[in-house]
Amino acid sequence: MEKTYKHLLRVKDLHTSFFIQAGEVKSVNGVSFALDEGRILGIVGESGSGKSVTAYSILQILQYPGRIVSGSILYKGKQLVGISDKEMSKIRGNKISIIFQDPMTSLNPTYTIGNQLVEAIRLHTTKKIEAKDFKGKVKKDNDGKVVYKDVRISKKDAIVKAKEMLTLVGINEVEKRLQQYPFELSGGMLQRIMIAMGLVCEPDILIADEPTTALDVTIQAQILDLLKTIQKKMGMAIIIITHDLGVIAQICDEVDVMYAGKVVERGTVDEIFYNPQHEYTKGLLKSIPKNTDKRGDKLIPVEGNPVDVFALPDGCAFAPRCSKCMNVCLHKVPPKVKVNDDHYTCCFKYIQSQYLAGRVTKENMQKYMNGEPVDKSLVLPQIPLDKIRIRDLKNAPKEANDAKNPGEVIK
Amino acid sequence: MADKKLVTPKDENKVFKKKSSKESLAKRFEELDSVNNDEKDKDNILVVKHLKQYFPISTGFFLTKDLKAVDDVTFSIKKGETLGLVGESGCGKTTLGRSILHLYEPTDGLIYFNGKLINDKNSLSEFRQKAQVVFQDPYSSLDPRMTVEDIIAEPLDVYHSYKDKEDRRNQVLELMKIVGLTPEHLTRYAHEFSGGQRQRIGIARALALKPEFIVCDEPVSALDVSIQAQVINTFEDLKKKLGLTYLFVAHNLLVVKHISDRIAVMYLGHLVELAKSEELFDKPLHPYTQSLLSAIPIPDPRESRSSKRIILSGDIPSPLNAPSGCPFRTRCSKAIEKCATSRPILREIEKEHFVACHLYGDKN
Repeated sequence: MEKTYKHLLRVKDLHTSFFIQAGEVKSVNGVSFALDEGRILGIVGESGSGKSVTAYSILQILQYPGRIVSGSILYKGKQLVGISDKEMSKIRGNKISIIFQDPMTSLNPTYTIGNQLVEAIRLHTTKKIEAKDFKGKVKKDNDGKVVYKDVRISKKDAIVKAKEMLTLVGINEVEKRLQQYPFELSGGMLQRIMIAMGLVCEPDILIADEPTTALDVTIQAQILDLLKTIQKKMGMAIIIITHDLGVIAQICDEVDVMYAGKVVERGTVDEIFYNPQHEYTKGLLKSIPKNTDKRGDKLIPVEGNPVDVFALPDGCAFAPRCSKCMNVCLHKVPPKVKVNDDHYTCCFKYIQSQYLAGRVTKENMQKYMNGEPVDKSLVLPQIPLDKIRIRDLKNAPKEANDAKNPGEVIK
Repeated sequence: MADKKLVTPKDENKVFKKKSSKESLAKRFEELDSVNNDEKDKDNILVVKHLKQYFPISTGFFLTKDLKAVDDVTFSIKKGETLGLVGESGCGKTTLGRSILHLYEPTDGLIYFNGKLINDKNSLSEFRQKAQVVFQDPYSSLDPRMTVEDIIAEPLDVYHSYKDKEDRRNQVLELMKIVGLTPEHLTRYAHEFSGGQRQRIGIARALALKPEFIVCDEPVSALDVSIQAQVINTFEDLKKKLGLTYLFVAHNLLVVKHISDRIAVMYLGHLVELAKSEELFDKPLHPYTQSLLSAIPIPDPRESRSSKRIILSGDIPSPLNAPSGCPFRTRCSKAIEKCATSRPILREIEKEHFVACHLYGDKN
């Protein structure tokens, strides 16, 4: 079959908000990324950065009062935003499926494992039968040809399939497990069952929302190992959402770093870990303890508190915590800029460093800053404005309009 | 180290008899006490000997079974040291921390604090001033109906350690300054703070009575990655400034490595390995420690790709039906016959490196 699309999944300028009494909470505030076949994409960020909401938006399982405000989600070139629920449910589970963070709470405690697996399988798997075997009303298409009928597979077949899936995810004593209730199994085992459930339809994309956060290190290693082998076996794409950079390093091909509802940096795993450009990514990498740390080494924390979603700053959302924050960062949202073919970042400081290194002309830098020609406030000071920062923050003039027009991206 | 001498089978026979009543318990304290007097080392702020914490679980009509959450654990912590305690969930590390503080009444065993045995109300009251705890979840360990001032001053209230209201407030302000909170936070409620700040309130409360020893029960695992480093640094600064001793319980091994001088590894209620933190990471001896360390997700892609993982099969067994002999043998790839029959005891294999494993039995 000819490929008519460029990316398996393309998310473009996605905005998802929760409309609560206190106002609009912009959980996802302009996320764009692309995912190709057979790749493992990691989305990393703090709690409240919108990583889970991005995933829920893709599957459109947002809970009231959340909804997609704007943007597009293209799955194999097909627009998912705005399609009917009925059509969406053909994709949900069949083509894109999800594993949730806490397997204990995402399985129904009152049904057996087998019951729940069979339900999932029968909902999503159909088999074609010839019209002559079909006892109901035979459907014909426009030309008068008999249409082969898709019917749900029988319970018996579903159980066989369930056993097959459980064996695939490395569960022993399959027969017994099917009869058991979720509370009888351990967290690692349940997560395997969730993975099996996610895989029954052999989806193109598997979204794993913090799949190992609730698990122990040894079990986490088992699950990550399983995800990797299954990915190789079935060749699907995986999106892993996590806050653990260790998990990212271990399993992912590409990484999106999210902060306050935006992807602030995107690149291959090596680019992100060895050549981070955004100040947040740099800070995050410095703040985690490493294997090679010597006793007495100090961690360098990211100062301040996670962003308050009710009061997003005008400029770069990370600016209030950034140690190298500049004047421009307080007023303008940095647009995406290419570091190299595998690496994009959204940071004014990066452009400034490129300018100082002579790789970007001053003109281009300023173009990047806002598209306007010469503005004295945009001629960047070289000193980090640590002290001025706090005062600036308090008296920052409202230039919200500028933030909406981020200006040109230099090439 | 005296630990080496502690758990010889001979002692065990002599010491462990069935306890029946409070009186016999007091007697047993004396008995236990006489076994190893040299444990009252001046360097050791806390000595835990043969600590057991069993929880009776009802298994049927009139039937109970003991859940051995902590089973015969012996170790000591030196003054000014940070001892890390790691293990999978359900291995008893939190329970161990809590029974040391007598938040649970220990089933058996002895706890010495500064060389003094803790066995009656007076010694316990004194101990509780000097030993404090910081809990895991800053969202549920602070009373939502109390102001920050009242939360931090609660230990002061309990021990009446202020002259008047002004003194109380000044003490609270001082504590808030130490942990990096500002005076305007004084009259706010816990829900107004972010996770990191709440944990700071919890730390300030723990510091109120000027303790010498703090049990940190997974203090950073509920926090965001970027906030974790702030809180870890606060812990380290406080230790330097106030000369504290920590028992740092956590399951994030890299965090534990970063903060600890020595690390103890727990499995199913038993200590399986105890060593200096670099030593433990460079040369883990117990098969469980080896697999635990290899399972750490290293935040470095190249290293992560090149490292070989020992992936354990199966899950941690239920402590209600713990395997006979070595608790780890059901998941151990190197298990030998002996492991099923006798339980290995913690002994010093190399200098200050304690392992409970039959594989290293002959060397000593």
